[in-house]
Amino acid sequence: RAHDNCLAKKMEITVSEAEKRTGRNAMNIQETYTAYLIETRWVMRAHSQSMWMLDSLWRRYSEFELLRNYLSVTYPHIVVPPLPEKRADFVWHKLSADNMDPDFVERRRIGLENFLLRVASHPVLCQDKIFYSFLTQLFFPFFQADSRLKALNATFRVKNPDKRFTELKHYSDELQSVISHLLRVRARVADRLYGVYKVHGNYGRVFSEWSAIEKEMGDGLQSAGHHMDVYAASIDDILEEEEHYADQLKEYLFYAEALRAVCRKHELMQYDLEMAAQDLTSKKQQCEELATGTVRTFSLKGMTSKLFGQETPEQREAKIKVLEEQIQEGEEQLKSKNLEGRDFVKSAWADIERFKEQKNHDLKEALISYAVMQISMCKKGIQVWTNAKECFSKM
Amino acid sequence: MPISPSSMINQYKFEDEPELRDLFITVDDPESHITAIETFITYRVVTKTSRGEFDSSEYEVRRRYQDFLWLKNKLEAAHPTLIIPPLPEKFIMKGMVERFSDEFIETRRKALHKFLNRIADHPTLTFNEDFKIFLTAQAWELSSHKKQGPGLLSRMGQTVRAVASSVRGGVKNRPETFTEMNDYMETFSQKINVLDKIAHRIYKEEREYFNEMKEYGPIHTLWSASEEDIADSLKGVASCIDKCCKATEKRMAGLSENLLPILHEYVLYSEILMGVLKRRDQIQGELDSKVDALANKKPEKDLFSEEIGKLEDKVECANNALKADWDRWKQNMQCDMRSTFTNVAENNLRYYEECLATWESFLASQTVDLHVEEDSEDKP
Repeated sequence: RAHDNCLAKKMEITVSEAEKRTGRNAMNIQETYTAYLIETRWVMRAHSQSMWMLDSLWRRYSEFELLRNYLSVTYPHIVVPPLPEKRADFVWHKLSADNMDPDFVERRRIGLENFLLRVASHPVLCQDKIFYSFLTQLFFPFFQADSRLKALNATFRVKNPDKRFTELKHYSDELQSVISHLLRVRARVADRLYGVYKVHGNYGRVFSEWSAIEKEMGDGLQSAGHHMDVYAASIDDILEEEEHYADQLKEYLFYAEALRAVCRKHELMQYDLEMAAQDLTSKKQQCEELATGTVRTFSLKGMTSKLFGQETPEQREAKIKVLEEQIQEGEEQLKSKNLEGRDFVKSAWADIERFKEQKNHDLKEALISYAVMQISMCKKGIQVWTNAKECFSKM
Repeated sequence: MPISPSSMINQYKFEDEPELRDLFITVDDPESHITAIETFITYRVVTKTSRGEFDSSEYEVRRRYQDFLWLKNKLEAAHPTLIIPPLPEKFIMKGMVERFSDEFIETRRKALHKFLNRIADHPTLTFNEDFKIFLTAQAWELSSHKKQGPGLLSRMGQTVRAVASSVRGGVKNRPETFTEMNDYMETFSQKINVLDKIAHRIYKEEREYFNEMKEYGPIHTLWSASEEDIADSLKGVASCIDKCCKATEKRMAGLSENLLPILHEYVLYSEILMGVLKRRDQIQGELDSKVDALANKKPEKDLFSEEIGKLEDKVECANNALKADWDRWKQNMQCDMRSTFTNVAENNLRYYEECLATWESFLASQTVDLHVEEDSEDKP
């Protein structure tokens, strides 16, 4: 469901093709990679005329990563849509874990298109100019986001985080853990289901060979064998469809990471704020102590001055003045940090609410599509075994 | 527990009309016996009959596996070219089934029950004297009867002489029919063994699938605990998966109760039939070698011709018995295969129909919710 004013409503975006390429990388080593074709289509209105504009350019996965890193750092209060997985994970035995595998490439193409559409339909992200140039212009500012990203990954103890963010962090941890577990078991179930179906394929040849020596049973055996072959072959399409369901779950597995990033940003800001407040408090205290001459708390300075002699009143006055300036600066900074913090919480929470609605809608639909797949699988099974039963009863 | 004759009819089908049956046998109630020397199991064998040759109309005896083996050997010796039904094997190597596990005992009991009933339904074997004694004699009577008759050594002697006299005999003058039977049995034996392996493989795969499915459903329930809006959907999926899991367990049970035992029996049957064909060849071989000997010893012609006459009769009897029994066996095999594989198909149909109903009802519940949601969104 896209916001009315967003890019997705004005522009058609597809990742329509994938191509294997070879080239030399930054270290002049030859490598093979896959490039994806981004095609965009929109209507341009000029001089009371409308024309369809078409644009296309090739990008590789690492460029998508650069775009996403940029968005994460620039919009830390937004739950930024995740990219499809870098390496094939949660595979069951038939699927290759190879990045060059055509099935993997195809699913990645779909995932990348989904990513672009998610960004294009986000009320805030869709307006970003860098995103626009990613879609339409070859020149893409090579954005180094490492240091800022590192900060987002650090952990530190915060005294008074907003409770809602703490809860959200727990939720995202649980979501990540439960979806990982589900995907792992699903892969194992798929593996076993594949085994059950494929073993039935062995019937076909034996029945055929056996039917050669039977007079009355021959026809029934032969045709039953054919149906067993159909049964065994049917699992390939069934499991391929299920991979798309797994991809839908994977997207939300990765979304959990995006949620955590927003929580961490809040923690970072809160930590910053608490440190600033702490610093201000201690400066105020120092100031008071200097002014009144009392030492309330132990300080090394206090001890050294006791041991090595007191300061002159002039020195003390100078110190107090410096501190007072710092305190004023500090109070202004604290005010603006507080404001920043509150703004962040407000806008982050708005996006989180949007995200929650999207997640509930998408996951519910995914579960429904899973049920539809199961129903289709059962119907196919009923058809095959009804046919087989007829053949067997004629033996 | 007394079993009525009519329920015995339902226990398994034969193309002989049930009303003509006058001998009903059940094997049940396995019991463990522990002596100083060994531990063994006995089974209760209950016979109900209206035949005149039987002094009573009802018998109840206890028999152990050794006794069944004795009966089979006696029948084979008395009717070398008849197809004696298969006995379950002495030991089971595969599947790591414990010698006296409940599963093993139950599988064996069912096979022993089938063994006796197949003999009872056989037009010739049913009137065998040893069979009657097996069904009716008390334990001590059976033991003393077993000790009579040609001992093991003399039986072995017969076999050795037969082998010595025929070597590869009986094959060159073998009637076309029996060559066809041999060719058929070679192929059938191959195919039935492969089928047996396939069926076991399918069972194993289904069991592995079942084991994974057991874990799959509960994860959705776990997930629903951290969700609000989609908790019901997740619980619904969990419940569907659990129901499908139970359905697959039923499907597995169907395989192990029906297809696997039948295929196993026919693997044993293929060995039995190869043996029967060999014995027919040996009998033919005895005749052939005597005929060849006659060609070299003209003066004792008269003595030989009487012996040859007897052997010719023997060969003709054996051939006719085998031909008739072969036709009967083929009919039964076709019937068994048809009903077993139809049953397999029905099992699978039932499985898919159950799963379909489960998922369809889940889907119905979800789409109702969606419509309700959409309606409430439109409201101002």
